[in-house]
Amino acid sequence: MTTNTSRDEILRRIRQALGTPTPTTPPDPTTIPRNYLTTHAHRTPQQTTNLLADNLTDYRATVHRTTETHLPHTIANLLTHHGTQRAITPPGLPPHWLTHITTPLTTTTTDTHPDPHTLDTIDTVITHSALAIAETGTIILDASPDQGHRAITLIPDHHICIITPDHIVESLPQALPRLNPTRPQTWISGPSATSDIELTRIEGVHGPRTLDVIIVTAEPSTAPAETVSDEPSA
Amino acid sequence: MSGTYLGLPSFPKAAHDSTRDTQLRANLTHATHTIRTKRATAINELTDWPQLRAAGAAIKDHTLHHLDHYLLQLEAAVTAAGGTVHWALDANEANTIATQIIKNTGETEVVKIKSMTTQETGLNHALETAGIHAYETDLAELIVQLANDKPSHILVPAIHKNRTEIRDIFTTHMTHWGRPAPDNLTDNPTDLAEAARLHLREKFLNTKIGISGANFMIAETGTMVILESEGNGRMCLTLPDTLITIAGIEKIIPTYQDLEVFLQTLPRSSTAERMNPYTSLWTGTTPHDGPHTFHLILLDNGRTDTLADTTGQQALRCIRCSACLNVCPVYERAGGHAYGSPYPGPIGAILTPQLRGTTTPLDTSLPYASTLCGACYDVCPVAINIPQVLVHLRERITQGGPTTTHGTRTTIQPAKGHRLERTTMRATRWTLNHPTALQHAHNLATHTRHLHPQHLPGPAHHWTDTRNLPPLPPHTFRHWWQHHHQTPPTTNTGKGTDTRSETATDTGTDTGTAGTDTGTGTGTGTNTQTDGGPQQ
Amino acid sequence: MRVALFLTCVNDLLYPDTGRAVVTLLERLGVEVDFPLDQTCCGQAHYNTGYRHETEPLARRHARVFAGYDYVVTPSGSCAAMVRDNYPRLGARARDEGRGDELAKALAGVPKTYELTEFLVDVLKVTDVGAYFPHTVTYHPTCHGLRMLRLGDRPRRLLEAVKGIELRELEGAEECCGFGGTFSVKNPDVSAAMGDDKVRNAESTGAEVLCAADNSCLMHLGGMMSRQKSRVRPVHLAEILASTEQRPLELPDQAGPVHVTTGSTVGEQR
Repeated sequence: MTTNTSRDEILRRIRQALGTPTPTTPPDPTTIPRNYLTTHAHRTPQQTTNLLADNLTDYRATVHRTTETHLPHTIANLLTHHGTQRAITPPGLPPHWLTHITTPLTTTTTDTHPDPHTLDTIDTVITHSALAIAETGTIILDASPDQGHRAITLIPDHHICIITPDHIVESLPQALPRLNPTRPQTWISGPSATSDIELTRIEGVHGPRTLDVIIVTAEPSTAPAETVSDEPSA
Repeated sequence: MSGTYLGLPSFPKAAHDSTRDTQLRANLTHATHTIRTKRATAINELTDWPQLRAAGAAIKDHTLHHLDHYLLQLEAAVTAAGGTVHWALDANEANTIATQIIKNTGETEVVKIKSMTTQETGLNHALETAGIHAYETDLAELIVQLANDKPSHILVPAIHKNRTEIRDIFTTHMTHWGRPAPDNLTDNPTDLAEAARLHLREKFLNTKIGISGANFMIAETGTMVILESEGNGRMCLTLPDTLITIAGIEKIIPTYQDLEVFLQTLPRSSTAERMNPYTSLWTGTTPHDGPHTFHLILLDNGRTDTLADTTGQQALRCIRCSACLNVCPVYERAGGHAYGSPYPGPIGAILTPQLRGTTTPLDTSLPYASTLCGACYDVCPVAINIPQVLVHLRERITQGGPTTTHGTRTTIQPAKGHRLERTTMRATRWTLNHPTALQHAHNLATHTRHLHPQHLPGPAHHWTDTRNLPPLPPHTFRHWWQHHHQTPPTTNTGKGTDTRSETATDTGTDTGTAGTDTGTGTGTGTNTQTDGGPQQ
Repeated sequence: MRVALFLTCVNDLLYPDTGRAVVTLLERLGVEVDFPLDQTCCGQAHYNTGYRHETEPLARRHARVFAGYDYVVTPSGSCAAMVRDNYPRLGARARDEGRGDELAKALAGVPKTYELTEFLVDVLKVTDVGAYFPHTVTYHPTCHGLRMLRLGDRPRRLLEAVKGIELRELEGAEECCGFGGTFSVKNPDVSAAMGDDKVRNAESTGAEVLCAADNSCLMHLGGMMSRQKSRVRPVHLAEILASTEQRPLELPDQAGPVHVTTGSTVGEQR
């Protein structure tokens, strides 16, 4: 049986099952009830960032907070601390983030596939992120130039991922409208993990075993005061 | 479904052995109770869980009711994004398409992500026959494959193996498949995971073809979605040149926005996490990133027949989270293998007999593998009323009736092996619908109660194998009511008469077999002990 | 208030004491109870085993017998659930089969059926029914009560108000006991394994009594406890609630295939 026939037959069976011998009329998805919440609490930006950090930590990522000024130091320190011999970055990462690095650094290009065997010899990958979701502790990569090919954040055993303040949302319903679904996306919530052996959680099976997340916060001098408006006293 | 599941014993026969396997019972109890507790915590974090659950069910129902439309939309979107879409009516066709794609590349090895759909089609066996080696890369699937075993849980396929058994499997079998296990491998889970990492890395780096299933397929964009934890999925989806995805046609959802529901409900229901470690989304092919060739095989294999059943079709909402397994007391005692398909537990008990039909002793026993306790329905994130479908399928087995098989509407006969039960049911129904006869039967039973055996004959012996019968009191309640309880002044005139009912509404199918056994389906004998029953 | 007792077939034949306890209890609370003698069986065992067509005559009978009452009360969660959840399905399926609305209309006449604890708490609005039961008790919430009727804490509130009682937590209380009607015969090994675990959990509480609001579950568990010579006794919740200081429910003091008997005390009240 050729696949064309199977296609027709499957469509025929569906229409028979639904009692609609001709193609069904264009559906109206607005009938689906969507009265679930778009966020599960009212939070200040600071509270959202704290929640993100808590949830990332809960899933065994290591969270570091720093300012844009100190970011190059933080990245360099993490490489030193990890004992990184070779690191890799995507082509679009802001160069001034990498100014303190002394480790040998490879930068990928957008128009070629990175070689997996070469990636297997690299210790650390440093990337930006497209978005982070506080309620679930999730980082989203969408293969933009500052995040690179999917393979570079997969094969090296150590991932340093940078989250900038304008890329933090509270919840899934807030996240999806900000993403392009047709870009290859990788959603990361903590390092690779398995619980397949007696439900014992083990970090790192195939993906990076160490996930360092750097949350970039506003400069202290320019940071707006984190206050929730006070109720007038009676 | 797959030939690898042919000829398996009925559920009660398989469970006879598995309930006696104390190691298995201990593993299952530990695992299911742990995940069950964690899941409850994860779900309690979301105050809008009922709304998310209702939305998930509605999205799935909406999609199923316009399945032709959304499949065509998906096909167009995948094709526009550089992919190739194939349609497979059954397991054989899906396997043949996949085999041909691989043969055309000249490759003889593939890496696989855990995929229940390819277990359903028996793909690995089909590939092996064609000289193609398929490597399972999920840790648990690797364990199961190396041990030449079958998965027993949707989420934790090797739930039936403990660490020492896994160490022994690695030490003995890895060497035949590739990189051997390290010398002196311990049974520490971290060491075992490291052994798997090393063994599989050479497969990931060198294999040119990846095979996956899909958790969701988004019709509007042609995007595939896979949720996983270990990163083996990312490896298979990213590194090979060619990617083949085999997915049931029910895995479709209309829009990208719909993920905001399922990515909240699936991880929490499945691994009891706010979010699983890795979720991958891809749309066709992307230049210089990931596979340059993408094939999507859309599988029917009984799904359209299931769709044709208005009660049973809700099983197609399933998002394979396995929450129903983890709360099921029957699954916990019988284990996953007793269900004889890639789909164990309550969902398997309603999905398998619909996908495969009810022709084998195993498949006709599955709808009875439940006490109808309802725990599965409570936890289901897409609100599949599993007890309702179980009863519906029992009816198909005992009564037969209209159904759809391979796309053809047909009327099936009652399944074999239910003659005695059917006769009993008919006789008890007749008696229960004739109160006078019932009262006579009661009187006969109570008057002869000293003669009743302690051990019941026929299939009912299963009751007295492990339980004593309740003592039969000397008198029924109605006897007491009639003789000792003053009838209230407001007699319910007209309601006590029974003359109409004894004849008028009888369906006439019985032949007056007012069985002398007054069974109500729950046993009516008694022991011979003189009881200290009610004295009047 | 015209209240009909829907006793269930199992209770009528095997557990008449439970029926008497319900009558005693309701009359003590000032409710006039009727027992329509033409009632037999709601058809649950037939329906749940897959014999929907055999169920229909029983459902029609049930609807006819109980039509016209203000309330129907039953000491069985699963039979209440059968009438409330599945009777509408019988009508809907008949319609699907091209038999029109006749069955649905016939079955729609059943007055609202209340499980006993619902009737006490929701309709009579009592939790302290004046009961006395100086024993240690552990409570097993049956599946249909828990998940189909959503009885919630009603049984527990009623038990907590019983004078002299000492309640013990049952581990894994929400788990099915393994009875499941014909399941217990069709899947005997799994049923026994589930029952064993429930009995073990009941025994580990140290309670004298395992209480539930459904005798079919207690028949299964009681049968196992009796076979295993357990010292725990199965008692229906209605019998505890009917027990008073004047007419206390007495427990047999020996293990053996005897279920708790209350008839002499309860029955002689009238």
